[in-house]
Amino acid sequence: MSKTVTLTIDGKQVTVPEGTLIVDAAKKIGVDIPVFCYHPKMQPVGMCRMCLVEVGRPVVDRATGQVVKNEDGTPQIRFAPNLMTACTTPVSEGMVVLTESEKAHDGHRAIIEFLLTSHPLDCPICDKGGECPLQELTMRHGPPQGRFPYEDKIHFEKHFPLGELIYLDRERCILCGRCIRYQAEIVGEPVIGFYQRGRATEIVTYSDPGFDSYFSGNTTDICPVGALTTADFRFGARAWELKAEASICAQCPVGCNIVFNTRREAKSGGRVVIKRVMPRQNEEVNELWICDKGRFVHHYTHSAERLSRPLMRKGETLQPVSWEDALRTAAEKFEAAGKEVLVLASGRLSNEDLFNLKALADGLGGRAVLYGDMGGGDLTTLVGVGQGTNLATLGAGDAILVIASDLQEEAPIWWLRVKQAAERGATLIVANPRATKLDTYASFVIRYANGDEVQTVLNLAKKTDKIGQAFAEAENAVVFFGSEGLGLEGSQRLAVACAHLLRETGHVGKPNNGLIGVWQRANDQGAWELGFEPVADLQAAFEQAGAVYIVGADPFGDGRLTLDGVKERPFLVVQEILPTPTTEVADLVLPAQAYAEREGTYVSGERRVQRFYAALPPYGEARPDFAITAAIGKRLGLDLEDGSAEKVFERLAVTQPAFENLTYARLAEVREQWPIVGRGDLYYGGTAYENRRGLGVQLVPAAQREEPVTLPEVQGEAGPRPEEDEWLGVPVTRLLDRGTTVLLSTLLHRRIGEPFVVVHPMAAERLSLAEGQKARLTVNGASAEVTVRVDETVSAGVVLVPRSMGLPLYEPMKVSLKAL
Amino acid sequence: MAYILLRHREIPDIHEIDVYEKHGGFAALKKAVTEMTPEQVTEEVKASGLRGRGGAGFPTGLKWSFMDKNNWPHYVVANADESEPGTFKDREIMERNPFQFLEGVAIASYAVGANRAYIYLRGEFWPIAHFLDEKIAEMEKAGYLGERLFGTDYSLHIYTHLGAGAYICGEETALLESLEGKRGQPRIRPPFPPSYGLYGKPTVVNNVETLTNVPYIIANGAQAYRQFGTEKSPGVKIFSLSGCVNRPGNYELPLGTTFRELIFEHGGGIPEGRNIKAIMPAGASSSFIVATDEALDTPMDYESVPNVGAQLGSASVIVIDDSVSMDWVVEKTIHFFQHESCGKCTPCREGTYWMRKLIERIRHADGTEEEVALLKDVAMQIRGKCLCALGEFSTMAVVSGIERFAPDFEKAVATSSPE
Repeated sequence: MSKTVTLTIDGKQVTVPEGTLIVDAAKKIGVDIPVFCYHPKMQPVGMCRMCLVEVGRPVVDRATGQVVKNEDGTPQIRFAPNLMTACTTPVSEGMVVLTESEKAHDGHRAIIEFLLTSHPLDCPICDKGGECPLQELTMRHGPPQGRFPYEDKIHFEKHFPLGELIYLDRERCILCGRCIRYQAEIVGEPVIGFYQRGRATEIVTYSDPGFDSYFSGNTTDICPVGALTTADFRFGARAWELKAEASICAQCPVGCNIVFNTRREAKSGGRVVIKRVMPRQNEEVNELWICDKGRFVHHYTHSAERLSRPLMRKGETLQPVSWEDALRTAAEKFEAAGKEVLVLASGRLSNEDLFNLKALADGLGGRAVLYGDMGGGDLTTLVGVGQGTNLATLGAGDAILVIASDLQEEAPIWWLRVKQAAERGATLIVANPRATKLDTYASFVIRYANGDEVQTVLNLAKKTDKIGQAFAEAENAVVFFGSEGLGLEGSQRLAVACAHLLRETGHVGKPNNGLIGVWQRANDQGAWELGFEPVADLQAAFEQAGAVYIVGADPFGDGRLTLDGVKERPFLVVQEILPTPTTEVADLVLPAQAYAEREGTYVSGERRVQRFYAALPPYGEARPDFAITAAIGKRLGLDLEDGSAEKVFERLAVTQPAFENLTYARLAEVREQWPIVGRGDLYYGGTAYENRRGLGVQLVPAAQREEPVTLPEVQGEAGPRPEEDEWLGVPVTRLLDRGTTVLLSTLLHRRIGEPFVVVHPMAAERLSLAEGQKARLTVNGASAEVTVRVDETVSAGVVLVPRSMGLPLYEPMKVSLKAL
Repeated sequence: MAYILLRHREIPDIHEIDVYEKHGGFAALKKAVTEMTPEQVTEEVKASGLRGRGGAGFPTGLKWSFMDKNNWPHYVVANADESEPGTFKDREIMERNPFQFLEGVAIASYAVGANRAYIYLRGEFWPIAHFLDEKIAEMEKAGYLGERLFGTDYSLHIYTHLGAGAYICGEETALLESLEGKRGQPRIRPPFPPSYGLYGKPTVVNNVETLTNVPYIIANGAQAYRQFGTEKSPGVKIFSLSGCVNRPGNYELPLGTTFRELIFEHGGGIPEGRNIKAIMPAGASSSFIVATDEALDTPMDYESVPNVGAQLGSASVIVIDDSVSMDWVVEKTIHFFQHESCGKCTPCREGTYWMRKLIERIRHADGTEEEVALLKDVAMQIRGKCLCALGEFSTMAVVSGIERFAPDFEKAVATSSPE
């Protein structure tokens, strides 16, 4: 335990660790000292001067070193002549702080008055109005009347785009620098900064495109005025019109806790729609942050394209039918297919949906397959990170290995937290076939050739070099494995090798130790927990089936399935929220509710089971996935739960050992978190929401339950290598891809860009291609037009092909690339 | 009397290395490095009572002794940003007596165990920076800088660095930020540079003039230095005299010399028989001293000047005579500080802008007496709330001007009209 210090703030005594700042000590006892530039997640700078307080210290007799006492025995206190900034002054023993004295109030009033001299006071048209720290503190501390003539105010052109996602209003900006420091200190991407000086200071962006960072939206949450607003929410609604419902971001396996702010509005046809996505505090998951994909990819929920009624194939077209007809048809077809039913579901679905789907497949004796091209989920259930894992507590003495993953592209908040662990002193080993942004923070960078993934891990396990030794000797060690350059088989083999490495070095079965899959979908881990597994030859499985039930997946759009050359096609039931190439070829389409319209749970990559809640009313006749499946099951005489997601979860918890004793109530439990945010003082932590709806519960991996853990044998190579005179296309994951739901957020289009491939400069030269040039990529007979990008860290014989960009490549495959 | 600092006025070509050597140059450095421990050097400077000549008057030896011995490397930074209006002493030292300054940098570096020292010059001093680069090269060639000085284990390299022309970079922490390549904006103090300075390492930041005193102290001993000046303000000081005087310029005099002696004996008095009205002893950052007989007879040392309502500061004595209305001077100082405010902290950034708007109205538009009162109010509202001293300094002339020369402002209000 560190030393503690006891002090008095406004007459209340508080004991805090040595080194605590006055502002934080006050916060702990409910004294809200006004701040603008200070943020509990960042280093104090003392710029705005809002937090001025009176600070007194006990008088110490220099000769004796004793505290001088008053006649009544209390220590004599000497107050500093000037007010001091509570955000930069650490506490000391016996300190007396006055935040509400006349002198302190004078200080607060003075700073507010100064700030307002250059503020436009355009609250009536400001997005921040209603949740604005400046507005709030002006009401509390500001002078009743202005003494600064309006015509002396400096004017700037308003609505200045820093990038296409974030707008700056320079008149409203109070130059607290929170945004700049956030990008520099927390994200490590200093793409915005101050320009000019004095009253002429303004914030500018240095990057092209402007404000080029996946974390930019967070600056609008911590901006204490309406200076930074998102292009998405600008003039969208007033803060007080919004309802807030807790949810979990479904864009990646991190499982960021979020809030959907919704409003019923005329311009959306009187429907309730999501107006914005805000972070919800979970210090063990996403702290106060979310990435820009999570913030801006919500428009699909109210897309006019949404499927609202069941559709049945009548010849060439799909025609609306009643739910009754649709369910009956599905049940009849599944019954007829019996053991030849194939359920193909993705990690986009909740645990409740997957549980019912698995029960349906099992009930019929059919097959339940996870849609995806990444393996290893069986291993994370065995040697996944232990219950109690919190990346924020990894630091000096610990090790993190990130292999075959471009973490910023695949799971931005993990990237942020791994970076911060490295900054706290953790040994970070980044192993990838090309450079990624995480390399900057790595203690060791391993650049292996495509195909050497397993060998790289085996080399580490030998402990013969300093990297292997550092990993082995670490007190705690976590491995993130991904699927960069790998397909199902390769990633499965990589996961096995990683699991052995962890077990051999004693890094399993404990908190802060174990394996994490950087999955492609939010609930892939949950699907593995519930017994879903991908298959190597999906096309064969499809062709052999008598009836296929595809839920939450678009294999025809992704190029994973085709009807070309299929002689006898199975009856195809597709359950979806939006039309896709897969629904187009379906025999029966069942409209599902978006996850924001219903309740459920996901399991994050760190194996945290987290609840999400219904933020929107259902769309049209759409129903929750689990309920549709249950309704089909009932017609087949199967006992499936359709009452509510909670009831499904109750059954799930009884039948799945890993979920033992879990209930919706337990998942909704919260504890006090630090920093305290989202209460009456938005000026302290920003507009991130306080977590009132659940921090979730981490599953206990088999290794932590002290069950015998049998790992599969390590197998040779992870993937193929490029041969002489051929080009090996390998898949990589990009955050902003051309997925159906992503593309419906039009403001992201510029960032998504056109389909592209990445090659080494020498490869480009051999192919007579140059950066930016158009080329034709051919994979397995399918071809697409792509833009060529050049990266000298890519292996010479490979072509990087991003997933979900409309290019049909999901595992290492021979490709051809020709200039157009 | 013989000069201690402005020795070029007696010794022609002292900026040539052989001339400087011939007149005892580098003997102090050699003595320090070969005969004294770093602690002994620091103790000697402490005993001399030398105080910082940049303005704050902090005891130099004491500052050196604060260097954190558990955190290395250490750095020495010479503050050659000399930007205070009315201050032009460091420039003369560096242009005319450069080796004595550089020798002072070297001795200070030895005292605090620094193997790298930086001279941070204001951007307008680029010819001086080039000149110093030449002098540094000559010293390296002669063995006074570089590796293993005088055959000892001690090595030192000195580098010059030019700022981009911002007054704030004379503030020591803003200077360090600028030297690190960042925006020149002050840091929160504490921590002070001797515990957290350049690149977060212990750093001594000393003014050029301060360092130029050091070779004399080491060569002749603390007691010899103490023969000049007063008990609490020992030694000599260069007074930069400007404004309404017949002979403006730099005057090296013992601390404790009276204003009257400086202005009337050395400076030749007020031109054209006019009367002295006010004195700004510390450049534009100064409060106005009402030039009474009592004030004129006040000794210019760190302890006495506060008795007449100002600070000695950098001893940049600006003389104002009765042809000048104080509202004009106040407008000049406000304009300066508003232009130079870095914008980091609210009261200085917004307050100086507000004051500028007010003084412009008072002097050039239909200003009112209420606005004069408001101007003082705004100045008082800035005080005690700023991140660094710049904001505080911006209010000195304003408050003392309105308090001590009220009729000038009344007249300004009465006669001003919209242009």
